[in-house]
Amino acid sequence: MIKAFVARMKQGHRTIRYPAGPPPELPDRFRGRPLFDAAVCPAGCRVCAEACPTGALGRGEGFEVDLGRCLFCTDCANACPAGAITYSRDYRLSVRERKDLVIVDRGEELRLAAALGAELRRLFGRSLKLRQVSAGGCNACEADVNVLGTIGWDLGRFGIQMVASPRHADGLLVTGPVTKNMELALKKTYDAVPGPKIVIAAGSCAISGGPYADHEETGNGVGALLPVDLFVPGCPPHPLTILDGLLRLVGAVGGRG
Amino acid sequence: MTEQTSALAVLSVDRAAPLSAIPELGFEDFGRAIRARIEAGLRVSALFGLSAGPERSARGEKRGDGRVELYVVIADDEQNRLLAGKTSVEGEGFPSLSLSCPQLQLFEREIAEQFGIVPRGHPWMKRVRYHRSWTGRDAWNRAPAAPLLPGVGDFYRVEGEGVHEVAVGPVHAGVIEPGHFRFQCHGEEVFHLEIALGYQHRGVERAMLGGPTKRSLHYAETLAGDTTIAHASAYCQIVETLASCRMSARAEALRGVALELERLANHVGDLGALAGDSGFLPTMSFCGRIRGDFLNLTALLCGNRFGRGMVLPGGVNFDLDEGRAEELLRRLAMAERETAVAVNLLWDTPSVMARFEDTGLLPLEAARELGIVGLAARASGLGRDLRRDQPSGIYRFAQIPVSTYDSGDVFARAYVRWLEIQQSLVFIREQIENLPQGPDASTPGPLATDSIAVSLDEGWRGEVCHVALTDGSGRFARYKVVDPSFHNWPALAYALRGQEISDFPLCNKSFNLSYCGHDL
Repeated sequence: MIKAFVARMKQGHRTIRYPAGPPPELPDRFRGRPLFDAAVCPAGCRVCAEACPTGALGRGEGFEVDLGRCLFCTDCANACPAGAITYSRDYRLSVRERKDLVIVDRGEELRLAAALGAELRRLFGRSLKLRQVSAGGCNACEADVNVLGTIGWDLGRFGIQMVASPRHADGLLVTGPVTKNMELALKKTYDAVPGPKIVIAAGSCAISGGPYADHEETGNGVGALLPVDLFVPGCPPHPLTILDGLLRLVGAVGGRG
Repeated sequence: MTEQTSALAVLSVDRAAPLSAIPELGFEDFGRAIRARIEAGLRVSALFGLSAGPERSARGEKRGDGRVELYVVIADDEQNRLLAGKTSVEGEGFPSLSLSCPQLQLFEREIAEQFGIVPRGHPWMKRVRYHRSWTGRDAWNRAPAAPLLPGVGDFYRVEGEGVHEVAVGPVHAGVIEPGHFRFQCHGEEVFHLEIALGYQHRGVERAMLGGPTKRSLHYAETLAGDTTIAHASAYCQIVETLASCRMSARAEALRGVALELERLANHVGDLGALAGDSGFLPTMSFCGRIRGDFLNLTALLCGNRFGRGMVLPGGVNFDLDEGRAEELLRRLAMAERETAVAVNLLWDTPSVMARFEDTGLLPLEAARELGIVGLAARASGLGRDLRRDQPSGIYRFAQIPVSTYDSGDVFARAYVRWLEIQQSLVFIREQIENLPQGPDASTPGPLATDSIAVSLDEGWRGEVCHVALTDGSGRFARYKVVDPSFHNWPALAYALRGQEISDFPLCNKSFNLSYCGHDL
């Protein structure tokens, strides 16, 4: 018993100060929002677009990238002969509309997620209960959603909590491309959530099918089945990216913050 | 034994072999050869089909005679080699081998589901992943358009006064993948548990056909997200072996470091979760956080907490510069100290030990018969560890002592994790302090044609096995993936017998098996 107390005392306070303080520092090799520099591209070169495993990258006049399909891998950057593609450490990636994940050229700002409307924010702003459904997720997205419940992140301090029953939930957080074998269970879980309700698609699989896009055995994300209120890109999204998205949705973080 | 040994081809994990070297046996000899090896204590790493029909379409070849070739890969750990053979199944099916070799039961059901041929006399011929067959034939004679209903079908039932059934899933209470569990209970006591999976089926093996493609590596990385490094490495080893591509010692060492970091994160996380499931919150919250520290070390290495992008065919994608190595070692030492404090609390806490000890027993004999792999096997006293038994890459040069325990209960599975954590920490430090110089990657050329390659890696759960057969143009004519969970789910069902149903979460977590790794 005494050992447990001593261990607890040594442990100290471990919860991050964000959003009151700065977010935790991300590693220098972290792959957040990709950056493109068309100025250095050899004329007519398309090797990056051809290297992309999910067709997320288009190369016409400029660059066009769909962050909903992007796996944040290094295939395009490795293929590029000119070093035109780099990753920033910008973890803020969540949006409210699917189309906002498609960015043309480097100058364009991402339209980061706006808060829920007044009525939903009144209902969920201080208490948002989510039921997580993995529908073909590989357990990476699930694991980094789970991490938000640990003492380091302490999601509960924002009034956001993962709950066991859809009956207790205000919405779903879906991961995975939605396999054919999970379609019915996902639909039933959604139907069991009392309205008004929201749906969050976390990870490139849930947004677009990810590497499993266009498989016969899977759908291309949750959007084909349910109305989605928040898209959180990444493979998997970093816990900070997920947290940022959730806080934007409930209005606890806004603007470029 | 010697006579039967000569009937199978000898392979190894670091060399591809021409397909013509795999002897074709009559089915009876094939069955006899497998049975003899299992009786001698060897185990089947993979048993899979190759259709003479549509599967060969990548090659443009259409034999279409409905014949299915069955391949077996057997691990001979003592001799540090693999044995392989094949047979050909004509018509509707083949006599099941599962009654005499229980470890084959799921392989046979998988073959039935994928190819529509029936293992006759199989004791429990249920579907595995609930998908349509690859050949157009159906082993259950369903109409081609009949809906696929995962989890629907007969379950083993116990009848009698006071016996009741508890059904859980596919959507569970926690943040966890889907699966369906059916318990036959008498009061609190579980008589039998049956596990129905397949909800996570994404069609990976089918999608690998005709590869390598741009997506192949990403399939491997997402086969089981918490095993990214082990599966990605297994895939890369297949490509490297088939392309006769030699990797630098530096790249091999860095892959080993990444694999052990993956083991550390998962083992520490599991010990925290086991503490949570026995109501001991200090270790749960400490380990929950420390697990993140290990994931962040992987991110320090390659930018991604799960190791996405770390491994690529020919080597590694990210080098470890000196400053980064120092930082890694510094943070590793900190995490090591904190892990020791958090984990050792478990063994000193009677309320935890009372829950762990004698719960969820998997006796040695059952583990051997079921073909259990990895830490679950080692916790039942079965000294199986591919890092010693079938070493590849850095493990050929750097040995990690095999950690075992013999009680086969939740405690053993927890304690083996703790032993392995300590070994992995030593290994990582040694590797980083003695990192050889050299390039971080080389570029593999085209793959050998009409060949077979096998790769085996000791992922944190256990044996990660990939087998590739190439066609005449060096494309994948078959790509077989066996995740350790495929072997080990039956162990969880077995361990639940005679347990209280309230101990299910604890038993489940002590194995912590993958749904998507099983469902592919």
